[in-house]
Amino acid sequence: MLTHLFDNELLLGAAQAAVALAFALLVMMLARYEHVHLERELTGALLRGLVQIVAVGSIFLLLLRAPGWITVFVLMGMITAAAAIARRRIEGIPGVFVVSLYGIAFGSGLVILPMTLLGVIETQVTALVPVGSMIIAAGMNTCALALERFRSDVESHVAQIEAGLALGAAPAQTVTPYVRSAVTASLIPHLNTLRSLGIVWIPGIMAGMILSGTDPVYAAVYQFVVIAMIFAAGGLTALATMVLVRGRVFGAAEQLLVRPGTGTA
Amino acid sequence: MNSGADMPALRADGLGRALGGVTLLDGVSFTVLRGEVWAIVGPSGSGKSSLLRLLVRLDEPSAGTVYLGGVDYRQLPPRELRRRVGLVAQRAALFPGTVAYNVRFGPSQRGRELSQGRVEELLSGVGLSGFAERDVANLSGGEAQRVGLARTLANEPEILLLDESTSALDEVSCEGVEELIRSIIRENELTCMIVTHDVAQSRRMAEHVLVLRQGRVAEKGSVKEVLGAHSPVR
Repeated sequence: MLTHLFDNELLLGAAQAAVALAFALLVMMLARYEHVHLERELTGALLRGLVQIVAVGSIFLLLLRAPGWITVFVLMGMITAAAAIARRRIEGIPGVFVVSLYGIAFGSGLVILPMTLLGVIETQVTALVPVGSMIIAAGMNTCALALERFRSDVESHVAQIEAGLALGAAPAQTVTPYVRSAVTASLIPHLNTLRSLGIVWIPGIMAGMILSGTDPVYAAVYQFVVIAMIFAAGGLTALATMVLVRGRVFGAAEQLLVRPGTGTA
Repeated sequence: MNSGADMPALRADGLGRALGGVTLLDGVSFTVLRGEVWAIVGPSGSGKSSLLRLLVRLDEPSAGTVYLGGVDYRQLPPRELRRRVGLVAQRAALFPGTVAYNVRFGPSQRGRELSQGRVEELLSGVGLSGFAERDVANLSGGEAQRVGLARTLANEPEILLLDESTSALDEVSCEGVEELIRSIIRENELTCMIVTHDVAQSRRMAEHVLVLRQGRVAEKGSVKEVLGAHSPVR
């Protein structure tokens, strides 16, 4: 119906965004009726999301005319931003931004680079940036989940960790169970995604490819490839992040620095 | 031949610890000779547990240091220090698994696998014969504390530090563990420091006492001098 009202694509987009916003505001009002106050957080998130995504659209407009090598810098910028976001809720672990940065760069880089060289991801900016961004975002999410779970487990097992240290164990040995549980927990959303693929949800790339006239079977296979790359990047990021972070919760003399509720000791 | 009895096993020299602007310990100095048993007493918050943590370097001193057998402990690898100075914490904090896994843990960190016989011997020493394959989740508080003690003794420490090891136990378990600790100290001729808030317990278990108040040494000396009672340990 909206398409009949607007000839101009920009106006049509604005109208579609307004309808989507109306639904979000409806949720906010229903929540308020139940005394759940989302106004501030939701309004901020919606405005921020809108501005960010429009900015990305504008950047894409510029990227389409830019040389291919610029993609490398765009992806590096995304990795840096992802690391900054992933570390946001993690207090009390020294150098957690660097850990996140290296973890996400390792996990996403180790998937993006060979898959691009093999031609699975096309080298055009319009393919590499969006697919790369999905892979980096997956790395960011697993990194944040793994770090949060690890810190929480360490905080709640201080007595066991220090008992291990007091018995002469290597610091890495004392946190091994929490490294394992953090990696497992961070991959649960990706495993659920793989399990529900095509049954519970039809992901964006596949939907977009079908809408643009691509053979549905090829679209489905390519979507699986993307999801598998996302899982691989997530797994590699979680493992790298844990390898990097496990030593950072200990001081130079192998003392546990993390304490419940107080950040570092 | 020098038996080593007059050799300092442990010497704290001006130990201090401050955290977030709060002084936990300040200028704590004392010398423990080999084979001596010391009680560390003082009111809650006086720094007793903080002192034990510094002695095994689970926390870093803000000032001063500790000498272990005459060597500054900052020159020792932390893992070696913690093997030589065994700490039994207030709560056992056992690792999930069997009792035997817990007892074997310390030596296994140095690549040493304790035989089943040695595990049984250690468990028998703490009154838990036949407990090796029990899951630690099914132990009582007293049993867990005994496993914690056996686990530390498996490392064959030169010095044993006990942090209110009976405070979480009921009266009957407390008496049993206290008697057990006394006999282990006697049989192994261990150098020992026992943190307790119970003055009567320090009279029963120690020969020397260090009294802490607000992170400082208020008094130190023989139990008889400081607490005015007879020490029955040896």
